[in-house]
Amino acid sequence: MNTDKKEKGRIGQFIESFGLPRLIITAFLLLLLILAPFVGADLPTQITNIIARFSWNGILVLAMVPMVHSGCGLNFGLPLGIISGLLGATLSIEFGFTGGLSFVMAILIATPFALVLGSGYGWLLNKIKGGEMMIATYVGFSSVSFMCMMWLVLPYKSPNMVWGLSGKGLRTTISLEGYYIDTLARFLRIRIGNLEIPTGTILFFALLAFLMWAFLHTKTGTAMTAVGSNPTFAKAAGINVDKIRLLSVVMSTWLAAVGILVYEQGFGFVQLYMAPFYMALPAVSAILIGGATVNKATIMNVIIGTILYQGIVTMTPTVMNNMVHMDMSEVIRIIASQGMILYALTRKTEGAK
Amino acid sequence: MNKNTSANKSKGNLGSFLRRSSVPIMFIIICAFCIPLSGLSPSYLVNEIVTRMGRNAFLILSLLIPIMAGMGLNFGMTLGAMAGQIGLILASDWQIVGIPGMVLAAIISVPISILLGLFCGKILNMAKGREMITSYIMSFFINGVYQLVVLYLMGSVIPIAHSTIKLPRGYGIRNTVSLLAMRQHLDNLIPLTIKGVKIPVATFLVIALLCVFIIWFRRTKLGQDMRAVGQDMEVARDAGIKVERTRIIAIVISTILAGIGMIIYLQNMGNIATYSSHSQIGMFCIAALLVGGASVDKASIGNVFLGVILFHLMFIVAPRAGAAITGDSMIGEYFRVFVSYAVITIALIMYETNKRREKSRNSEQLQQAQQEEENR
Amino acid sequence: MNEQNKPLLELRNIQKDFFGNQVLTDINLTLHEGEVIGLVGENGAGKSTLMRILFGADMIRETGGYGGDVILNGETVHFSSPFDAIAAGIGMVHQEFSLIPGFTTTENILLNREPTRSNVISQIFGDRMNTLKRTEMDERAANAIEIMGVDIDRSMVISDMPVGHKQFTEIARELSKEQLKLLILDEPTAVLTEREAEALLESIRGMAARGIAIIFITHRLQEILSVCNRVVVMRDGYVVNESPASETNVQEITRWMVGREVKGGEETSVSSRNTETSKTILSIRKLWVDMPGETVRNVSLDVKEGEILGIGGLAGQGKLGIPNGIMGLYPAGGTVLFDGSEIPLNNPRRCLDSSFAFVSEDRRGVGLLLDESLEWNIAFPAMQIQNRFLKKYLGGLIKWRDENAIREITEKYIDELAIKCTSSRQKAKELSGGNQQKVCLAKAFALNPRVLFVSEPTRGIDVGAKALVLQALKNFNRESGVTIVMVSSELEELRQSCDRIAIVSGGKIAGILPAASSVEELGALMLSQVI
Repeated sequence: MNTDKKEKGRIGQFIESFGLPRLIITAFLLLLLILAPFVGADLPTQITNIIARFSWNGILVLAMVPMVHSGCGLNFGLPLGIISGLLGATLSIEFGFTGGLSFVMAILIATPFALVLGSGYGWLLNKIKGGEMMIATYVGFSSVSFMCMMWLVLPYKSPNMVWGLSGKGLRTTISLEGYYIDTLARFLRIRIGNLEIPTGTILFFALLAFLMWAFLHTKTGTAMTAVGSNPTFAKAAGINVDKIRLLSVVMSTWLAAVGILVYEQGFGFVQLYMAPFYMALPAVSAILIGGATVNKATIMNVIIGTILYQGIVTMTPTVMNNMVHMDMSEVIRIIASQGMILYALTRKTEGAK
Repeated sequence: MNKNTSANKSKGNLGSFLRRSSVPIMFIIICAFCIPLSGLSPSYLVNEIVTRMGRNAFLILSLLIPIMAGMGLNFGMTLGAMAGQIGLILASDWQIVGIPGMVLAAIISVPISILLGLFCGKILNMAKGREMITSYIMSFFINGVYQLVVLYLMGSVIPIAHSTIKLPRGYGIRNTVSLLAMRQHLDNLIPLTIKGVKIPVATFLVIALLCVFIIWFRRTKLGQDMRAVGQDMEVARDAGIKVERTRIIAIVISTILAGIGMIIYLQNMGNIATYSSHSQIGMFCIAALLVGGASVDKASIGNVFLGVILFHLMFIVAPRAGAAITGDSMIGEYFRVFVSYAVITIALIMYETNKRREKSRNSEQLQQAQQEEENR
Repeated sequence: MNEQNKPLLELRNIQKDFFGNQVLTDINLTLHEGEVIGLVGENGAGKSTLMRILFGADMIRETGGYGGDVILNGETVHFSSPFDAIAAGIGMVHQEFSLIPGFTTTENILLNREPTRSNVISQIFGDRMNTLKRTEMDERAANAIEIMGVDIDRSMVISDMPVGHKQFTEIARELSKEQLKLLILDEPTAVLTEREAEALLESIRGMAARGIAIIFITHRLQEILSVCNRVVVMRDGYVVNESPASETNVQEITRWMVGREVKGGEETSVSSRNTETSKTILSIRKLWVDMPGETVRNVSLDVKEGEILGIGGLAGQGKLGIPNGIMGLYPAGGTVLFDGSEIPLNNPRRCLDSSFAFVSEDRRGVGLLLDESLEWNIAFPAMQIQNRFLKKYLGGLIKWRDENAIREITEKYIDELAIKCTSSRQKAKELSGGNQQKVCLAKAFALNPRVLFVSEPTRGIDVGAKALVLQALKNFNRESGVTIVMVSSELEELRQSCDRIAIVSGGKIAGILPAASSVEELGALMLSQVI
């Protein structure tokens, strides 16, 4: 009887720690998966979609981890990193690289941008401890709208990217055909009937995720977790809190840059101008759905969260359409993902805000 | 000695005045630079500014009360805007035209605003210290609910009679709802044109009424409580003020005002972009208020009007000026969007750094005191 | 004076315990109209608890209420909140200011008690829409200020005011309550300049003359003697003495405050050693520290090698600021010489590199990673500072956490200090206060320091754990030869554990005495420069 009580407590505790909204979202996705065959959707195609979208978005979600660990909160300033990635992508094409090489070069070129922008951004966040998330949001917005002007003004020449008529100013979407479309996905691609697995992209995500996991097991990684857990403790233990936070912001920015490039190679297009604007929100809600909080996140949260989030994004349109002939997927996605962020923001957290 | 400190103080005041008004000054410079380049005539500009003043001032005024209550910039004013739009959609479906239509829309919007405001206020009380990001996410969340209502429930659950505003599939509202029957009815209620400048007298009267209300509100017990709560929640609580309730009321009032403001805004525009009108309105209103010299914790009616003038002047002239410089009108479009965001970013950064500056002052004093003691 | 009248306030047999820990025993006190009594006692003597009971504070009820009766005007009262106490005519001025910074004096004085005028809108929407009567507010504020007999600007904004005026505003707020009969002043002069304090004393006399009874709590005994009718001395939860102010003096009061009945004679300070001849290992000169509430001003102090130096003093006098300032947790200035070389201030890393270690008084805020395992808590500083518990790969490029070594050291300390936990992976927040404190010690021990600063090592932990912690510190000192600087509010604890005791008063070192000195001597030092 005693154990029974304990068991019950444990279940309650599990729900408590797992969070009700997360439970609902998981149940919802499971329901969709079960319903899918009955409403005539092809399950393998659906799963292929989920896996593909997971592989595109995983790294963007992974980019949340370092800043959450160092107590900077959720990186609503993700667009800043995305811009570094876009600069890498466009410059790589501009310089005439093609095929797989253009992908490698895009990452290489994006890196210095990510480091510089990330450092500036990190320096700023150190000045405004406590108000990171709101300011991060607006730093992201400002930088996106600033780059809108730059895309028009910068002297890009490549005919594949600029507007055909005027011969200057970048197009809003640039096709990656002939560049790095599917560069990663093609590698060791597995096809079984309708099921398709972009092994290369997943391996690339796995590599970065492993590196992140490994980093968190090093001395510096340990310090980063401690800074996020209790900055005063870290300070008293001789850690340069600002430096660690800065490092986490730079890491996050660089991951976002790489993340957008991986996204593009799957999606097949580079999207400029206002496209990066709201890219932070799906990543933020994905990691939260995966079980992270404002100041705790693991690689597992990233993987589970991305699968759940992308699962809902891909499954709802088909299942809902076939079932009620109403495409409510967009609305459901908005309510679920924003609701998740709201839920996380209203949780009491110790230490970091 | 005494004189010395007072001199110091006035110097400090001048410095802090410059710091506080750096944003408006910057905008004056931008406008002064862009107006000649744009080649727009003064009478055109005055006309535009007057129109936009009538269109936006009410909405921006709705932001003042949460700032007074220390809840920062109410990014959740979008909630009120959505309530206002629902009111207008229903009123125009019922074919109530002109001023009565607007009043009806306002009457419909108020209870919706109250509900949304209560919800928002409750959530914000659970997220003290990060009200702004929460109210910002809140606007997205409620936007989802709004879409659910307008796109799926209207026409299927909520009866919508007229096919002109209904989507062809039988439910949901079209992307644009024409408000031809209300278009500028308030603006033109009392017609007045001075030297070719059309003045929306009735709208200005409504705005003036709201200003009077806000001034009067500051003198009420509730207004005083809000100021107290805004400055120090704990002290206010110890003095017996119901902190949570006061904060919720502040958000509710702001949401109601935003709803009415949106109705005024849309009657001037003449149509509703059902799924986008509200989404940017919060950002533009907040940017305008900040351009007028307000900060996250301090804003006055003067800031509102100065902000409308400067911000919209920039808004009107930037595309033309940009085109004149680069030959591409998109530059100016993007420039004004960039400036709106940059202004908000700067205001937020200044607010956070000011909070921290207070702290470092203490140790300087201590060091000084010790030196003085040693010198003695 | 009003001996023939019935008393305004009577406390009968007040008892209070916090979870079995008796903090007030049989308190009896009477107070008449217009009488001023001075309440003195060391920190922890029970003054604050007594006042909280009187003021109906929430925390008293939350911890199980109190025993005995509070009788006001002949009636037994039970306040369920401070608001009830206020309604019954009790006013209290707390040590921390409770003022709205952007409000004027007038607005603060009448905070949430503003006179209002009803109007059409308020009749629909309720009283909160009433408008304020500014002129009446001003008049009432002016009256309150006048009763106080001090001249302060009614339209000045609080944040622009000198500290003293803030204090007067607080008092005026209480005075503006018409029903006020009893005013409690909790260390009101602590933040005042000499002249302001004098003005305050003057106004206390004025208020008393108008029939308001006053309970005046302070550490400045001279003030008590000059303004009070009676002095009530508390110690360890008892009222130990009550006498007319005119019949006693500072020395006598001090003795009552700190005096202990000698129990068994040799029990205390058996361990005290003479360290005067040892070499000076740490030399502090002109140290100032800006630690809110514990400001340190111009402290110079020498620590001898291998000793346990105690730092004592009343709360708020700056003893906590010394270790916190040296270790770089609060802005500090001055010079610190360790073994002849200067240690830079405001830089925790350099202190730790110089083999200092610090156990903070703020266990939950500074001392622990509450959400992490004991392993992390104990190994973290040693890992970061001394590169221990790390496996190195690629020629030291990768420093990998060595989980096994971390577990080993954690388990060693769990055994050594008898830390009660389910495993070395348990989260720190799940432990009891005493065990958390042991984890903090283990963390510091793991650094193998040469100088260990320990701040309030026994605060908030039970008796059994207390003895263990103190013994662990002593062993560490004796066996490893580590110099320990121990800051504590408990004189007795310092006398038992230390070799010498430095007393901090008013942010400065008031004197250094051997631990064997009498409590009276130490107590006199504690009160000597109180601010």
